[in-house]
Amino acid sequence: MKYVDEFRDGEAAKGLTRALQAAALPHREYHLMEFCGGHTHSLCRYGLLDLLPPNVKMVHGPGCPVCVLPIGRLAQAIRLAFRPGVTLCTYGDLMRVPGKDRLSLLQAKAQGAHVKMVFSSQDALAYARAHPNEEVVFFAIGFETTTPTTCAAVQQAKALGVKNLSFLINHVLTPSAIDAILGSSEARRGQIRVDGFIGPGHVSTIIGLEPYRRFARDAKTPIVIAGFEPLDLLQAMTMLLQQLNDGRAEVENQYTRAVQSEGNRKAQALVEATLELRDEFAWRGLGTLPKSALKLRPELREFDAELRFDLADEHVPDHKACACGDILKGLKRPTDCPIFGTACTPDSPMGSCMVSPEGSCAAYWQYGRHRQEQRRSA
Amino acid sequence: MSPRPFHKKLDLKNGHVDLTHGAGGKATAQLVDELFLAAFDNKWLAQRNDQALLDAPTGRLVFTTDSYVVTPLFFPGGDIGSLSVHGTINDVAMAGARPISLSAGFILEEGLPLADLARIVQSMAKASREAGVPIVTGDTKVVERGKGDGVFINTAGIGVMPLGVVPPSGERAKPGDVVLVSGTLGDHGVTILSKREGLSFETNLTSDSAALHGLVAELVSAVHDIHVLRDPTRGGLATSLNELAHQSGVGFRLDEKAIPIRPEVAAACELLGIDPLYVANEGKLLAICAPGDADRLLGVMRAHPLGREAAIVGTVVEDADRFVQLETKFGGSRVLDWLSAEQLPRIC
Repeated sequence: MKYVDEFRDGEAAKGLTRALQAAALPHREYHLMEFCGGHTHSLCRYGLLDLLPPNVKMVHGPGCPVCVLPIGRLAQAIRLAFRPGVTLCTYGDLMRVPGKDRLSLLQAKAQGAHVKMVFSSQDALAYARAHPNEEVVFFAIGFETTTPTTCAAVQQAKALGVKNLSFLINHVLTPSAIDAILGSSEARRGQIRVDGFIGPGHVSTIIGLEPYRRFARDAKTPIVIAGFEPLDLLQAMTMLLQQLNDGRAEVENQYTRAVQSEGNRKAQALVEATLELRDEFAWRGLGTLPKSALKLRPELREFDAELRFDLADEHVPDHKACACGDILKGLKRPTDCPIFGTACTPDSPMGSCMVSPEGSCAAYWQYGRHRQEQRRSA
Repeated sequence: MSPRPFHKKLDLKNGHVDLTHGAGGKATAQLVDELFLAAFDNKWLAQRNDQALLDAPTGRLVFTTDSYVVTPLFFPGGDIGSLSVHGTINDVAMAGARPISLSAGFILEEGLPLADLARIVQSMAKASREAGVPIVTGDTKVVERGKGDGVFINTAGIGVMPLGVVPPSGERAKPGDVVLVSGTLGDHGVTILSKREGLSFETNLTSDSAALHGLVAELVSAVHDIHVLRDPTRGGLATSLNELAHQSGVGFRLDEKAIPIRPEVAAACELLGIDPLYVANEGKLLAICAPGDADRLLGVMRAHPLGREAAIVGTVVEDADRFVQLETKFGGSRVLDWLSAEQLPRIC
């Protein structure tokens, strides 16, 4: 497949692996965080973790929109879907995530809740127009990548005068999550060490490079924005190591075939015109972070499902045994969780990281990494 | 037997299925006569009994059943009707057997356009005729609007084991055996996904839905002892191999480079964030045989119109953990695990 196979070429990978190994100075350790769950999956799927020099450690980051959604917000959506006359439209990723009392949207649907899986916000808009007697709610989640598509649907609903569609907005901001990791008490105590970031590829197509510059400047932490293919990641890691070796902390762009330094200005303007910052938002794992998520602007409040249905915030703690929170912070790896692969599997998940397509537990499970590790150590 | 007297012919253009069509009275009889009997047209159905009287063949019988609930009902390369014929024929054929007859049970939803039903029934009739496997008995029920998805079809099939053929079976894969597939993987599932409501994307793909018993007949006559035959339908190749790994108590090692996948299928899967090795096929089989038989089997497959793109894709290995491992194009290895549920497209 063109533009994909080239970036999965095994021979080219050998060359890049040699470059990476050469860049890893034997006397020091490198702790790199790949922010994005998509990157975690590529690392596992292509076995890249096995190619790394022993002194290069990958720390898996929180960039999985489904994983960072707190159970309370999911419970809120599920409650809404049980209301007579309401149809909740959601992305497929969320369907199996265990919510309050481990009830998922999929199970709620089986119990009679009106849940419709959609592939984009446009589907929710089309469904609402075709079903004027239903109150349709779009469960809008995601980092900056999916935010503009939600905004487009809001603006279209307004322009078309669609009255039976509202939006449960849970869009969150990547820079806030990076702030939370770098500024966490665990980072200050040295329990979490991140020397450099592999920056998100898709998010950066929207926001560009500018929002990351303060991390490079103030926190002296280099960031390399990377694509999702194995060669992208090997190259990005090498670029990070070179920055660290040179004592540089810059924002570099490995993913030049998709990301422009100014991002997508049109999408940014659309988001700006539709959404504004929430004062705070409770993330799973990262805690309550100020100015870290978005809500509809006052002039679009008629489309805000939280107001239309008078939804109260609900706090639901994670399951006690589930380590999702620590895994999202980079404090633990999936295999450090005591219930990984025992009480928590994709068939019977305790936490979101095991069922989200971008969750790191799901990546370890799906590609059998944990089992290969067990076998090697046995 | 003379045709029964009905006042007006069924309106196959503008009519709809209603509850009387399933009530067992005159309307049911008319639907059976004017649609099912006319389309399937064989001596067993013409007797209008509730069962078919078949000659008992010598040797061993194979018997299977399957239900079809696909959405959308019509898709490029087929529809629920042809699928319900091909699928059950294939289930019989995967035993190495020659299918001889089918049954068909319909559950219709009130309000289904008769034109859609006629199109489905005619497509079944065509598939059955082309395969040379008659539909000899059937049943129709109608459920109230909202209680079905247009039409559900159940078909059952009977087949005969050819003499001298060692029946292929899921527990017979042995370490050292070779794994072959009869062609490109994922065509059916991606075609269906591309036509699902809310996920329209343009492809020129068509479903691979096909009856494989002709191919199987040639395979078993060339190699009498094929260890395993399986059609990798729901869950795709990866799921079938995981099942077989447990049934046979072995592992598999596959070579990603050797697995035939159309570029369009690979691209669509990439876009949707799903893995083609877990996507359904309806006209492909996987065969496992002793290494000495592999080249012969591959030659027979490739000489058949339904096996032109056949390939040897891997081997059976000893493995206490029953892993299905994939040697990736990239040069690494990963486990192809069971899926816990249907693959769902991703947000980003």
